[in-house]
Amino acid sequence: MPERDRLELPGRRDAGRRLAGLALALAGGRSLAAAAQPVVLTVAAYPAVDDIVREARPRWNALYPGVDIKVVSRQTSDHHTAMTTALSTSFYLPDVMALEVGYVGRFAQGGGLEDLGDAAYGMRHEAPQYVPYAVAQATNRHGQIVAAPSDIGPGTLLYRHDLLTAAGVDEAALTRSWDSFVAAGVRLKAASGAFLLANARDLKDIVIRTGLRAGDGLYFDADSNVLVESPRFVRAFELARAARQHKLDARVTAWSNEWSEGFRRGTIATQMSGAWLAGHLANWLAPATHGLWRAAQLPEGSFAAYGGTFLAIPRGVPAERKALAWALIRLLTLDRERQLAAFKAHDAFPGLLAAQQDDFFTQPLPFLGGQPARALWRDAALHISAIAVHKQDAFADEVINTELDKVLDQGKAIAPALSDAARLLARRAHR
Amino acid sequence: MRLRSRFRLTPAWTPYVLILPFLLLFLVFNLFPLLFSLFLAFHSWEPTSGLTAMQFVGFDNFGFALGDEWFWKSLRNTLWMALASGVPQHLVAIPLACFVHSALRRGRDWVVGAFFLPYITSTVAIAILFSALFSTDYGLINLGLQGLRHLPLIGAAFPAEPVDWMGRPEYIKPAISLVVFWRYLGFNMVLYLAALQTIPGDLYEAARLDGAGPLRQFWFITLPSLKPMIFFAVTLSVIGGLQLFEEPFILTGGRGGSDQAGMSTAIYLYRMAFDFNDFGAASAMSWLLFFLVAALTALTNRAFRARGPAS
Repeated sequence: MPERDRLELPGRRDAGRRLAGLALALAGGRSLAAAAQPVVLTVAAYPAVDDIVREARPRWNALYPGVDIKVVSRQTSDHHTAMTTALSTSFYLPDVMALEVGYVGRFAQGGGLEDLGDAAYGMRHEAPQYVPYAVAQATNRHGQIVAAPSDIGPGTLLYRHDLLTAAGVDEAALTRSWDSFVAAGVRLKAASGAFLLANARDLKDIVIRTGLRAGDGLYFDADSNVLVESPRFVRAFELARAARQHKLDARVTAWSNEWSEGFRRGTIATQMSGAWLAGHLANWLAPATHGLWRAAQLPEGSFAAYGGTFLAIPRGVPAERKALAWALIRLLTLDRERQLAAFKAHDAFPGLLAAQQDDFFTQPLPFLGGQPARALWRDAALHISAIAVHKQDAFADEVINTELDKVLDQGKAIAPALSDAARLLARRAHR
Repeated sequence: MRLRSRFRLTPAWTPYVLILPFLLLFLVFNLFPLLFSLFLAFHSWEPTSGLTAMQFVGFDNFGFALGDEWFWKSLRNTLWMALASGVPQHLVAIPLACFVHSALRRGRDWVVGAFFLPYITSTVAIAILFSALFSTDYGLINLGLQGLRHLPLIGAAFPAEPVDWMGRPEYIKPAISLVVFWRYLGFNMVLYLAALQTIPGDLYEAARLDGAGPLRQFWFITLPSLKPMIFFAVTLSVIGGLQLFEEPFILTGGRGGSDQAGMSTAIYLYRMAFDFNDFGAASAMSWLLFFLVAALTALTNRAFRARGPAS
């Protein structure tokens, strides 16, 4: 392992230099560990992340004997509701909280999380070690870095190689442009009867993100002006409508029974998602389709993030525990071995660049017919731009999906649909 | 002994001490949230910033709620589902209770238990079961409809394509209403059955001697005697129907479904707080919903009182 890649935990080598403000506290933590009263660090997490933390225990205990880790695990949505409540009341705050990417932007708007970019933590100097877009996602408008990326979800297009080959469609035809993607679906449908995608909404979701530069907003600009009547939304709606009109989508929602059955029975031929979906397909969604899938970059040179986990320290955590919390976050996000172990065991794609240089990334994936797809995803991760988050994004997402449903199911014209969405959003933009 | 006598409860204090556990629970889990939500309704709050981040905004949240298209849409959805699930509950439960009361002797408890079972079954289990039944491609309901389509003469009345129950806005509300109806039918039946058992048998005997048939006995004896219970059960249905949350929440994946067709007001105000991060507007909406529930309950009371007491 190259020296520069090795995790340097505070107090182990250079705590005095790198964590000047926290060194004493950390030393306090260690002395606490040595004292009769054991120190327990609480980590609030959701499935998969909870296991990743538990699996880091042996290494943590070797570094910090006597400082135990208690993992409080809840289902993802329950976890974030609990974290909202904990931050709002400052009761039952964990020392470290895992946050799904969609909540990081929201939580970053408030002042409840520590600025890890502060000199006391020094994450600003360590930011180059992480995938750039992930750090940008955790940075709020005041420039504070409120969380450290644990795993990321580079977007990919997973497709059934056997079905497309039988229909005479190659990968280039599928990914050249969004129009060629739809055209490929028409040929696929005619040849095999399989749906090109699970839901036309998936197409809209990625096209509205296409062409955005780092710092651009998805639904609102920096001044809270509504952007949903822009050409990118018109095109996204047109493509989704074309897919529906050609009956290319199975009209099922992700994670439903129909969705998983579609993969098992080969009636859904592609899925745009985070790279982690390949692991889910292989392990439980459709293991019988082993070797039939391939991965490609998203069509028309698009790059997008699907999910990702961050670790944060609530501001209300007692000062003497913050250093230990940060040490744990460093272990989970900056330790190459931990990051790789999480990737191998849980498909948690590393947010640490050094971990992405491992040979594991060039190894063939049997489920994808021997394709070394991890290198493809690593490349995608470097091209993703972080989109600026607006506090009304969740509502905007709901409004746009509703108007798209009206276009697809009720034949509403696109211009009035987007106009109606813009009117609803304008009313909330400044709330 | 002195210690024991010191802690001995006097008769004057006993009721207060015995009621204390309830009072404490009521204060913590009812009164405090009630007052806190009233306080929140007049504030703007970014919850992740902590309790100190609240800003007084007067009636701004109420104004926003009353001008919000989706709030009105959720109210229309709620009223639709409350009526579609509530009215049939009583129209079916009353005759059903009469049938069970008069026609069943052996196995009556089993039948009542079977009808009551959905009421005490976990909502999550029910919603998961119905999600599978309503499945477009693999659900038993669509399979049944497809089978009925092969019947001679009436087969053409059934849909040729599988119905997307939880995906198309026009089917979401009927599907949810069906689940709610199925769940609370047995509960109402038990209420009416209890009321039926209090009607003196000699009333029916006298009516029979006067030549009244079963229909006239039902109309002139059973129904008027059930009126207090109907009032009670309808009031419960009005309150429960307007606060409808669990069934649509789980059946639509917590989002209200396509075009928010299954989004009740309770779901919307929950989403306003926890999905859209607007606790102030959500609290204002919850108070507006409370006023609506209170008004409709009062109207129900007036409707049943207008024609005089059952006696």
